[in-house]
Amino acid sequence: MLLNQFLILSAVLFSIGVYGVLARRNGVLVLMSIELILNAVNINLVAFGAFRASVGGEVFALFIIAVAAAEVGVGLAMVLLLYRNRRSIDLTLIDQLRG
Amino acid sequence: MNTLFTLAAAATGDGLALGITEGGSWLLRNVWLIPLLPALSFIGILFFGKKMPRGGSELGIAAVGIAFVLALLTGVAWIDHRDNFHGDEVHVAVIQMDDHGAAHGDDHGAGHEPGHPSLAVHRTATWFQTNGVEFTVGTLVDGLAVMMLLVVTLVSLLVHVYSTDYVHGDRRYTHFFAFLSLFSASMLLLVVSENTLQLLCAWELVGVCSFALIGHWWEEKPNSDAALKAFLTNRVGDMGLLVGVTVLFFAAGSALPDRFGSFSIAETNALANSGALSHTTLVVAASCLMAAVMSKSGQFFLHTWLPDAMAGPTPVSALIHAATMVVAGVFMIARMYGVFFEGFQIGGSSINLMAFIGGLTTIVGALLAFVQRDIKKVLAYSTISQLGYMVLALGVGAWTAAVFHLFTHAFFKACLFLGSGSVSHAVHSFDMKSDMGGLRRHMPHTYRTFMIGTVALAGLPPLAGFWSKDEILVGTGGWGLMGGTGGNGAYTLMLGMGMLTAALTAAYMTRCVYLTFFGEFRGHGEPHESGPRITGPLWILAGLAIVAGFFNMPKGFQLAPGSLQERFGHFVEPVAGYFPAISHATPSWSLAIVSTLVVISGITASGWYYFVKVEAASKAAGTSLTELPDGPTTKYPLARMGHTLLSNKYYLDHFYNGVVADGTKGPLARMANRINQDVIDRTVDVVGETAVKAGTVVYEKIDQLVVDGAVNASGRGSSGAGEELRKINSGKVQSYAAILFAAATVLAGILIVLV
Repeated sequence: MLLNQFLILSAVLFSIGVYGVLARRNGVLVLMSIELILNAVNINLVAFGAFRASVGGEVFALFIIAVAAAEVGVGLAMVLLLYRNRRSIDLTLIDQLRG
Repeated sequence: MNTLFTLAAAATGDGLALGITEGGSWLLRNVWLIPLLPALSFIGILFFGKKMPRGGSELGIAAVGIAFVLALLTGVAWIDHRDNFHGDEVHVAVIQMDDHGAAHGDDHGAGHEPGHPSLAVHRTATWFQTNGVEFTVGTLVDGLAVMMLLVVTLVSLLVHVYSTDYVHGDRRYTHFFAFLSLFSASMLLLVVSENTLQLLCAWELVGVCSFALIGHWWEEKPNSDAALKAFLTNRVGDMGLLVGVTVLFFAAGSALPDRFGSFSIAETNALANSGALSHTTLVVAASCLMAAVMSKSGQFFLHTWLPDAMAGPTPVSALIHAATMVVAGVFMIARMYGVFFEGFQIGGSSINLMAFIGGLTTIVGALLAFVQRDIKKVLAYSTISQLGYMVLALGVGAWTAAVFHLFTHAFFKACLFLGSGSVSHAVHSFDMKSDMGGLRRHMPHTYRTFMIGTVALAGLPPLAGFWSKDEILVGTGGWGLMGGTGGNGAYTLMLGMGMLTAALTAAYMTRCVYLTFFGEFRGHGEPHESGPRITGPLWILAGLAIVAGFFNMPKGFQLAPGSLQERFGHFVEPVAGYFPAISHATPSWSLAIVSTLVVISGITASGWYYFVKVEAASKAAGTSLTELPDGPTTKYPLARMGHTLLSNKYYLDHFYNGVVADGTKGPLARMANRINQDVIDRTVDVVGETAVKAGTVVYEKIDQLVVDGAVNASGRGSSGAGEELRKINSGKVQSYAAILFAAATVLAGILIVLV
């Protein structure tokens, strides 16, 4: 088993996630893209952990999954509130912080 | 060197005997309790007086009453101590100057040895320390202190009781009693002072209290003016005291080995007596202290505050004039007598500054008493005159006579003052000419006690004033006729001054009594006798005015048993190292008879004028007159001039206000103005103009160009940067994220390239 196959998969997933975060206008899809980025990182951690015969990578991955669950919970709540207030979840319309 | 230092004759190898002991009975060692009691009552009245049922007066009376009982017990303890105490005497090492001027310390140092009777009881505690010099506070108890404790507490107690009626319903009743307490405490602290620094503090405290009490009714301008005048006039003398005390401190330090200085009264006096202090130093110190006495004890020409001080409530006047304040000066001379005796060279002289000032004051004061309408002012000038008597006596070396006169005077003068207060209580005025007259029928108690006080003051035997006055006249040593000799010198002039004053005193008191109690009542309404809280103290004081003289019947007085002769002198006059060796004059029958005749002639002359001529003129005119319509002042120009001079109080107030105050005020103001205009203003102008020029340069060149330029540039820079950066700040989350990722990518690229 070669390490670089996992790393390539991870890099592809990360890139798809970054594209989604930057390009999609739908809030829910942006959140999903963030999940892709996080899971790309998870794959990296687990792969390196297995490669080095250490459980540290898995432990970190588990932490990230737990934190990601919390983050998605908050994120979806924000999207929900956004929808209630504006009847829209288009992120390009939310620019009140413009300087 | 030889002129500055004389060999310390009394200082033997054992050191200089101070005449004090650290032993003694409990009472004598703990007299500090006596001033403490009224001091505590002052604080108590101040904080809780208003809440008490009698406004705090009960606390003051209780404190002073207990203090009086303690003083009595202390007196008894002293009488035992004076003759029966044989404890250790304190000695102190002295630097002696030999003929070549080389100083050598006394190796034996300070020590103790069994002493003789009549040692003063000395007790000290450390007050504070600075640079290794220790300042003490403590008590020095001898006959003088014990006598003063008794007089002050007794008069103060009677004044307290009297005041509960006299100032009843006053708007500052509590405040009044608080200050009465503090006044008593200050005076008691003064009389037990162990060192001059403590004495100075108590002296100032007395001054402050008198200020507060004279100005008790300060809402009226004359009263607050009088209080200020009393305070400021006293400040003049206080400077003298301060300088005198300082001079003595360093003088003592120069004579004591390993000591920087000494405030101790016993040490200072003992050094002065032993000749260890130079005469020049002592003259300077004694003159400075004399200035303090002149202001505090109302000696001519600093006496002007004293009559004005009558603006205070009458009990305060009684307290000031009888027991506290004004006798503080006389007490101070008596206390520092070693310094004065050597400084003014009282022994073997025929005139000196102190005796002359005293003699002048006694005549000046007595003359002024003749022209007063205000009964209290008559008594005030009488006090000045009698204080002059005391100072005269101290000046001629008749120490015991002076202190004895202080003792008797306290009683009859307090009696007279409280009597005048009782009169004014009845007629609501102090003016003898317009509001009094004929009061003997309306106020029998006040009349009788006032008469007793008058006779005692005039000095008719056998009342108190006779004995003390006679002793002073004897003490002048000026009576060479028929055995009345001895004393410290031949002060014939002082004897003449004393005699003249005796006649004048008798005459002006006769006038005062006639105007107040005889003739017909000239005031309004129906005068009535005062209550028991006023007449009670009057009778006690009148009783003392009768018997006080018997405490010191002269030695060799055939009508009294030997055991009763000179009791006062025996117990009060110190026989100790801190007291100079004064010699005592021999009493003389002839002098006593002559002085009595002089007094009677004074009474007769004045009595003939008032009781015969004025009375007859009154009957003829049908009203109660106070002087003859064609009296000597209308007939003779010289008499009129004299009267005008006296009415204007020798123009001293005019002199002080017009010449001294305005004279210094004007030139001082002009000089201050000139300095202001020419020196200060010009400097300020030059500095200002230079500053303006420098400021202009700085403003134009540095401020405008450099500083402002930098500030403006940075402002514009940040403004432009803000304008540019504003575009990035779109508010869109995804553009932010894009920048974040781009930055992360760039940084990651850098990392890869570098590592």
